[in-house]
Amino acid sequence: MALKLGDYKTEVHNDWCPGCGDFGIVNAIQMSLAEMQIPRHKAAIFSGIGCSGKTSHYINVNGVHTLHGRVLTFAQGAKLANPDLTIIAVGGDGDGLGIGAGHFVAAGRRNLDMTYIIFNNGVYGLTKGQASPTLKLGEKTKSLPSPNTNYNVNPIGLAITSGFTFVARSYAYDVRHLKDTITAAVRHKGLSFIDVLQPCPTYNDINTRDWYSGFDEVTKMTKPRIYKLEETGYDPVVHYGEEMELNEKLTQALIKSLEWDAKIPIGVFYKNEIISQYDKRIMDKIPNYIENPPASQIISSNGLPTTNLSEILDSLSV
Amino acid sequence: MSIDISWLIGGPQGSGVESAANIFSRACASMGYHIFGKREFYSNIKGEHSYFTVRISDRIIHSNVNDVTMMVAFDAETIFRHYSEIVPGGAIIYDSDIIQTKADEVHTIDAQYKSRLQKQLGPTPIIQDALDFAKNHGAKLYPISFKTVLSNMADEINNPRLKAMIRMYNVLGVSFSLGILQMPPQTLLESIDAIFSRKKAIADLNKGAATFSYNYAAAKFSDFAFTLKSTTKTPGMILVQGYQGTALGKMACGCRFQPYYPITPASDESVFLESNEIIDVVDNRPGSTLVVQTEDEISAIGMTIGGALTGTRSATCTSGPGFSLMSEALGWAGINEVPIVITIYQRSGPSTGLPTRHGQDDLLSTVFAGHGEFPRIVYASGDVEESFYDTARCFNYSEQYQMPVIHMMDKFLASSVVTCKKFDTSKIRINRGKLLDSLEPDANYKRFAFTDDNLSPRSKIGLENGIFWNTGDESDEAGHITEDPELRIKMMDKRQSKLDHILKTMPDEEQAVSFGVEEICVISWGSPKGPVLDAIQMLKSENIKIGFVQLKLLHPFPKDYLGFLLKNVKTIIDIEANHIGQLGELLKQNLQKNPNYYILKYTGRTMTSTEIYDSIKNIIQNKASARQVLTHGA
Repeated sequence: MALKLGDYKTEVHNDWCPGCGDFGIVNAIQMSLAEMQIPRHKAAIFSGIGCSGKTSHYINVNGVHTLHGRVLTFAQGAKLANPDLTIIAVGGDGDGLGIGAGHFVAAGRRNLDMTYIIFNNGVYGLTKGQASPTLKLGEKTKSLPSPNTNYNVNPIGLAITSGFTFVARSYAYDVRHLKDTITAAVRHKGLSFIDVLQPCPTYNDINTRDWYSGFDEVTKMTKPRIYKLEETGYDPVVHYGEEMELNEKLTQALIKSLEWDAKIPIGVFYKNEIISQYDKRIMDKIPNYIENPPASQIISSNGLPTTNLSEILDSLSV
Repeated sequence: MSIDISWLIGGPQGSGVESAANIFSRACASMGYHIFGKREFYSNIKGEHSYFTVRISDRIIHSNVNDVTMMVAFDAETIFRHYSEIVPGGAIIYDSDIIQTKADEVHTIDAQYKSRLQKQLGPTPIIQDALDFAKNHGAKLYPISFKTVLSNMADEINNPRLKAMIRMYNVLGVSFSLGILQMPPQTLLESIDAIFSRKKAIADLNKGAATFSYNYAAAKFSDFAFTLKSTTKTPGMILVQGYQGTALGKMACGCRFQPYYPITPASDESVFLESNEIIDVVDNRPGSTLVVQTEDEISAIGMTIGGALTGTRSATCTSGPGFSLMSEALGWAGINEVPIVITIYQRSGPSTGLPTRHGQDDLLSTVFAGHGEFPRIVYASGDVEESFYDTARCFNYSEQYQMPVIHMMDKFLASSVVTCKKFDTSKIRINRGKLLDSLEPDANYKRFAFTDDNLSPRSKIGLENGIFWNTGDESDEAGHITEDPELRIKMMDKRQSKLDHILKTMPDEEQAVSFGVEEICVISWGSPKGPVLDAIQMLKSENIKIGFVQLKLLHPFPKDYLGFLLKNVKTIIDIEANHIGQLGELLKQNLQKNPNYYILKYTGRTMTSTEIYDSIKNIIQNKASARQVLTHGA
């Protein structure tokens, strides 16, 4: 029996602020899971700490609400032990690019087949609006005592240079685009990253829904800041993997990632399925890893171990 | 007459001392002798002084002793560091080309040590001074020009390249020793074959050198009082490196996932697991241990938890500094009742401390690690053999009681090389507690359902009809966030009550091991077990009876069983490798009993049975202060 959108929703009371961009993201994840008909027990949402951390409780698949900054470590552990699972890790920009930046880079280098979504709103909402790593230098959101003194992290650029093989951006209020992006990310073979622009209506009074829509400059002709890469003929895909092509694709993605303010691109920046996934690298040393991964192995029979150590123990015998 | 001798080989780090000691140990072990070896080394890759002490006996032994019966030295520093440890009648086999070397010329001898040398040997000590000192104290000197022997050998086999291969000095040293000890040469050659089994050319070269130097020394020096000619061989023995106990235990009991971050002295275990990652399984396709090197210890424990949530037996392995980083996630595993095992090979802290040296100063850190209150088990092994079986126990505890288990090991255990009974996989039992295999479609599964024994049936990610939620927040039975005060009480009580449940259900002999209770009784945990057992045996032969209780379960503290054991004890001696007597602190806290005496060591060097014997003797003779601090070891 086909699973419906409602099957992916829980009854848990949602306590995000009215108008929060997070609602769009959680809806898009549920729509994407329903679209792909992922069996509920085979999917898991891992979340970090902060408003976005509650996401896992609102989606009716396995949900693991982890620690601040550490969501990727838990998620990768589950995927490594059971590669059959569909795993989506979610978290805020402070979680993933501040306290968790080391894990972000390391995860990129591994390239496991899973998806990471950052809810990017420029502030630490749940602690009342401090500057997050993506807030621009010199900006002062409303609860900051003084303007931000740090340069911002470029999430797309960092993902590309860390080794993520699918790097995209979407917008929390464009749920259809976001859903399509999530589906493409989950279907991508390798580690996919989506930077979701997610206005925080309570603490970020700069990058608001109106700002993204261009309503802040009503004196000129009102034009949304956000535009779609796929509508400009941009080709993010690495087709051959030759050095020159690879460098071109990486460079064009980096250049696009620097566009901000007047024009903000969303869509897929970079996609490379030629680089090996981590499970393939494991299979080079453990050939039956996929057919007999850690989670499937039979370790005991009637309470006794099935492991046979006799060869090693014989080599130690004197 | 029974054999009980200690052999020491030293040299610059990276010069092959360890493989020399392995050849020596294996040769002695395959003769049937019992071996207790340990390696001491600096936090350094090449050049600093490292040494290996091997005790050989025809009786079962559990420790090293202070005295050295035979030392092999082809570098000046080994002589300068150890000349005063030679027992009367013992031997120094040394390179006769270095007798004029001054302590000043050995740049790895630090100022502290140099001033101690000067006190004993005069203002400008040279090797000859140290040798004279040893000789005056009863040592026999066996000078050999290593260079000349190598050169003669090179001429004989017509291989001039050999003359420059000073790396061969190690195998020369081993062979001189065994020649003087009159061990049958065939044993030496077989040992070399076994050590270099994957490198035939190297094995052949070493065997040639061994035969030549063995014959040279055997012909030249035949007056040594100790020999290793023959002994009765106990069948079914293995020669094992300390870290292999927990590694093989993990393989045997079904640990199939180990993320880790490199740290001394813990990494050897993970590297061994990865080197043997394909696992032979009875009547089935091969299994495997997936070992993943992570970006830090926080990631290592995060991944371990992630793996455990899929129903995989998962562990990580670290030392004190890495464990400090893991403590936040430890609490997450506690509140979410996740079965993980953290193997800790302790070293000397605080901070970086003595990074390659021994210590047991993380007991309180593991018992109390993490913010908030949550249950965990801290379990300690006392020797390599028991660490194999304890590893399997730790995984059972983690799944039966659904909580993190911290398995305490240390550098003493990690870097010892011992003979013991072959590990027996058939003695291991696997108990997965309330792990579910299947669920009905209408199961309405709740991960933290309240039950009579406060243990909820445990699903795993991927189990049909068994989806569940976890959170580091307080949660309801389903695993969703709650801040309800009544639910908070019920959930806290549910988790914390498991500690009592452990003490009620874990067999006494798994909580603590009594080696006899006497009016004077030693309590200890972990690696002092071996030296304590040997010291007690020495005292017993003098008709002095000392009891010994080895604590294995350190948290929750086995107060009932220990209280019962210590009921009639008049004098408690606490022996540990730390400064404050951390077990003593737990004893005070849980049993309101004070240890009467402490024997403590925190030089970073391992305890010897000699030191413990001497210290207990002081106590018996009323010559001891309440706190004796041990100092032996270079």
